[in-house]
Amino acid sequence: MSQLLQHLINGIAAGTIYALVALGYTMVYGVLKLINFAHGDVMMVGVYMGYSTAFMLGRQAQGTLWGVLLIFLVAMGGCALMGFLIERFAYRPLREKPRLTALITAIGISFTLSYGFQLDIGFLPGAAPRAFPQIIKPAMWFTVGDPEFPDVVLWNWQVISLLLAVGLMAGLQYLVYRTRFGRAMRAVSFDHRVAALMGIPTDRVISLTFMIGSALAAGAGLLYAIKDTSVSPLMGLYVGLKAFVAAVIGGIGNVPGAMVGGLLLGLVEEFVVGYAASTWRDAVAFGFLILVLLVRPGGLFGRVAAEKV
Amino acid sequence: MHTAAAVSSGSGKPSGIPAPLRGIFPLLVALPVLLLLEWLLSNSPFATYLLSIMGVNIILAVSLNIVNGMTGQFSIGHAGFMAVGAYLSGVTSLALKDVAISFLPVAASDQVILVVTLLAGGIAAAICGFLVGLPSLRLRGDYLAIVTLGFGEIIRVAVQNTEAFGKALGLSGIPQTSSVAMVGFWVFLVVLVARRIAASSHGRSLWAIREDEVAAEAMGVNTTGYKVRAFVISSFFAGVAGGLFAHFVPIINPGSFTFVKSMEIVVMVVLGGLGSTTGAIVAAVFLTLLPEGLRSAFTAFGAEGSLAQKVDQIRMPVYGMLLVALMLARPQGLFGTREIWEILPRWIPRRRKGM
Repeated sequence: MSQLLQHLINGIAAGTIYALVALGYTMVYGVLKLINFAHGDVMMVGVYMGYSTAFMLGRQAQGTLWGVLLIFLVAMGGCALMGFLIERFAYRPLREKPRLTALITAIGISFTLSYGFQLDIGFLPGAAPRAFPQIIKPAMWFTVGDPEFPDVVLWNWQVISLLLAVGLMAGLQYLVYRTRFGRAMRAVSFDHRVAALMGIPTDRVISLTFMIGSALAAGAGLLYAIKDTSVSPLMGLYVGLKAFVAAVIGGIGNVPGAMVGGLLLGLVEEFVVGYAASTWRDAVAFGFLILVLLVRPGGLFGRVAAEKV
Repeated sequence: MHTAAAVSSGSGKPSGIPAPLRGIFPLLVALPVLLLLEWLLSNSPFATYLLSIMGVNIILAVSLNIVNGMTGQFSIGHAGFMAVGAYLSGVTSLALKDVAISFLPVAASDQVILVVTLLAGGIAAAICGFLVGLPSLRLRGDYLAIVTLGFGEIIRVAVQNTEAFGKALGLSGIPQTSSVAMVGFWVFLVVLVARRIAASSHGRSLWAIREDEVAAEAMGVNTTGYKVRAFVISSFFAGVAGGLFAHFVPIINPGSFTFVKSMEIVVMVVLGGLGSTTGAIVAAVFLTLLPEGLRSAFTAFGAEGSLAQKVDQIRMPVYGMLLVALMLARPQGLFGTREIWEILPRWIPRRRKGM
């Protein structure tokens, strides 16, 4: 029983991080209909930005609230800027081209980032994984059994991640459905040419969406790094893929769907690791995806759009 | 057999089966050339290796082009099919290690067994291709891409966890019976098949699906049937390529068939031009030779070993930037859907249309 509870906690904790990364995917897909394959790698770059900032701040500042806020701010701001540049110079010129070209570009950017960061030339970090500093001091919030070697542990960062994820999801939902900018986003998503005719600055809306998505990726990446305690240039590739799977399971383009998809994926993976075979984890994630898509081709919350002729 | 209709759709689509690819005639030319090549290279293991890996890459690129280029279904899990072929063919080969066909000389018997194992690998991969192609009944575009990617990963994890496939260590001790002639024969075969598909009515249906799936369906093209068939043919050749690969490298392990390998093949297809068979060949040759050439150049100029190693490191970021630059500058790839003889300079006499 306690084992089940622990798996549940771990699964939800892993799931919230997938969900956070998936939120960025979903936003970009919702507006641009583009699978931003580079999203995971933007996340990785954000983590490295946070890593450098943490080192510059030194050990004392890392544990403090202001230190953590600064680290998050630098990483999220830097990634927003990077997201802007990627969108401006790699995706915008292709907006009127077939969607496949943008997808290939995204894959190209993903490869440039993840493998470029593996070089050990100049300021690039090299391929070896590094230990991420403990910017949030781990503490047990809730234990069952012996306090020294408890059966069930709930860590503070798990709670922080969950609260942050739920908060961000609510914030996004508000942004998309209750604000002027959100209405513009939905209009662009519906038909960006007509939206432009109606006086909506499409390019600016898309740029902003990209920046928000990238900043979200950086924040999620930092939470992931706190959980995983290590960073490497290839982390973005797989976390990004998993998050994408989560977004598709929930119905891509759907904000609560991304959340549910992330949590589901986290739980499924955790239970496979806990009760079956840990080495099958990655396969199970994709198997689950294929299964969901076969039953509901638009994801759990998605609707399949009728083909326009 | 479909008659080679001399229809030109005006957008540079292939028009009819080229005469050199008809009937048994091409085999009569290709086989002696390949055997001569084999004989010439028998003293140079590096050249043999390079040519073999080039050939395997050509098979992969040309076969992926049938799905990605001709049918327009973006598949990014080709390494998965290659893995199926490599492992199945490797295991079959290991099982048949002591078998020899008595009435044939040893070398010939080895080649016959190799072909049998390659076919086993290819057919297994084709079955997997059928299974992956089926979801494409319901999925399209990005979703299909992610499912193929997922499939490739599932294969890799499955192989990594199977005792019979050596788990993470991989298979070793597969007889090294592959040869330049054998690789060349399959290269020849895949090019023949790809070109003949492109020029047949089957191919025209694929082109139609690529250009506009809804319109193709409305015109009475059985889109799902053609898509699945394209997948099956493509994965069959990917499996054969994997089998060939298994028979000239000392060891195959799951690390050779990752997402990265799939992307390498995609880069080849995209660089050459989605839909151009000769484009895929040129790109495969170029992208195989480039790292090797750079490495040799660096070592020839007296650079220390670390710099030559850097070439390998830089390869992947360069692939990434190449993809981005290519999409921005020339989204249709180097050749577009055209074949190499359609873009020759004017002063070189062209084949007449409809030959």
